[in-house]
Amino acid sequence: MRTVLEPDGTRRIVLRATDLWKSYDEGAVAVLKGVDIGCFEGRTVALCGPSGCGKSTLLHLLAGLDFPDQGKVWVNGDEVNPHSNLLRLLRHEIGIVFQLHNLIPDLTLAENCLIPTVAAGIDRRTAKARLEELAERTGLSHRLDHRIQKLSGGERQRTALCRALMNRPKILLADEPTGSLDEQASKMVFDLLYDIVATEGVTLLMATHDRSLALRCDRIVEMHGGKIHEHAYAQ
Amino acid sequence: MIFLKLIVTNLFRHRIRSLISVAGIAFSVAAMLTVVTILQGAIGMFSGILSNDSQIVVFERDVSDLFFSNVPTGAVEQIAGWPMVEHANPVLFGIVSSAGHPIITCFGVTPEDARIQNAEWLEGDRGSFAQHVDNVVLGARAAEFLSAVLGSQVQIGHATFHVVGVVKTTNGFEDGGVFMPLASAQSFFHKEGTSSVITVKLRNKDDAAAFKKMIATNDPNLVALEDAEFTRSYSQFRILEATAWAVGGCGLLLGGLGVANTMIMSVFTRIREVAILRVNGFSHTQIGGVIFGESAAVSISGAMAGLLVGTGFLYALKLIPAFDGYVDTSLHPLLMLVVLLLAFLTGVAGALYPAIYAMRIRAVEALRFE
Repeated sequence: MRTVLEPDGTRRIVLRATDLWKSYDEGAVAVLKGVDIGCFEGRTVALCGPSGCGKSTLLHLLAGLDFPDQGKVWVNGDEVNPHSNLLRLLRHEIGIVFQLHNLIPDLTLAENCLIPTVAAGIDRRTAKARLEELAERTGLSHRLDHRIQKLSGGERQRTALCRALMNRPKILLADEPTGSLDEQASKMVFDLLYDIVATEGVTLLMATHDRSLALRCDRIVEMHGGKIHEHAYAQ
Repeated sequence: MIFLKLIVTNLFRHRIRSLISVAGIAFSVAAMLTVVTILQGAIGMFSGILSNDSQIVVFERDVSDLFFSNVPTGAVEQIAGWPMVEHANPVLFGIVSSAGHPIITCFGVTPEDARIQNAEWLEGDRGSFAQHVDNVVLGARAAEFLSAVLGSQVQIGHATFHVVGVVKTTNGFEDGGVFMPLASAQSFFHKEGTSSVITVKLRNKDDAAAFKKMIATNDPNLVALEDAEFTRSYSQFRILEATAWAVGGCGLLLGGLGVANTMIMSVFTRIREVAILRVNGFSHTQIGGVIFGESAAVSISGAMAGLLVGTGFLYALKLIPAFDGYVDTSLHPLLMLVVLLLAFLTGVAGALYPAIYAMRIRAVEALRFE
């Protein structure tokens, strides 16, 4: 893929998809109908739209967790291929945060966060240092040895955020990361998310219903009926 | 560390299920160890009867069981006359029943036989053996279960015998047996002029090959085998060993099915967890490793527990007076290793399908629908 730069010429595109089509039940339910999207390095992008418009499906395709019926996805210039580079991308390039935190309940906070480092074969010392850094930033240092059941909803989502960022991914995909939280916890988690991606230069693509959060992103992408209708630059 | 914790976490999450699986493997291992050890012990003891102060056993060719072997008594004199032979003793085996005792092993032997000469005489003396056709010498345990002492009259089969001695031997079969003069045994079992085997001691062990060749040349109906060779090739022993391993194998198969069931349930109840690991970069191999690790933990724990249970059971058998001398409780390291390896492989085989299932879980579907 040729290098695509932002209009001001300073930032290259790190996540791109062209003509993505996806349907379920053997084509009976068409979810994505020719989606084109690109995210520039270090930018935050909000993906907005009504429920069922295809936001989560698009995120899954971009993360390589699911495969399009048609179309292609590039991450840092590499076309996503489940047989060759998907594992590397999941381990080093892409971090994912879900609406439901998707933590393993029997493990402690620290152990949950270390899972990506185990998968990627990162040495324990480096992993531990990174964990302590992220735990400090997210205010979870005192909870590292606590099991997930003992954590509040906000703490669980912050744990999920730490886990997603453990291997220093360049892209963070967040699917309604604050959707299961109350207003206060939601704001706290988003502040952290926004702060960390800004300081670490991570590109964020976040599906959200929350307009107030979306407006804090660099760009808002509107989806309706499986298509992207509008690219709005936030103020 | 986390990888290990992922393995053990699920075992502790479903403790009862894990314990049942471990117990399944443990009892399979214990059953295999016990059955194989007892049979090997029995085979060892039977071999010991034949190899009592001898190196070679001569018997009738192509018989399925030594009880059916008929070796002419004349052959003993001929063999004993060969220069390489130190001594040759005929032994006639027979089994009879007595009131309350369905199986009594009888040995028809000559007074010079090592079983008579080398035994520890608890009652009576060697000189009295074979002085009369009705005389018998009892093994210590036989004397016990027949409630006989020196001078007693005992009913053995259809005849009554006079006890002229009680001997203590280290061999369970001999200790529970009855020694008769060869001629008495031949008459009693209607095998006049024959014995079951001839046990031979050579002056020089290196002459074994030459001796066997001479037997083959002199009497093609007879075969001579060295003791170890006999133990390996005797069809009854092979059948017994095969049966023991088959019984043990069936036990392990059942244990393996238990592990397979546990692992399938384990995978089905942690589909979401597998999906989470996939999303966080776990490869198919790593996912499979977690499942195989779990099954390996179950099978190794089961095998170790089985070793303890099996050893304990064998020891308990030894304490039962009726089994004393018949049960050899010494576990051979090689047998333990083989059984442990089989248990481990059974566990791994049991995890094969669950592991493949886990590796095929599609993260996006598992996260969406679980």
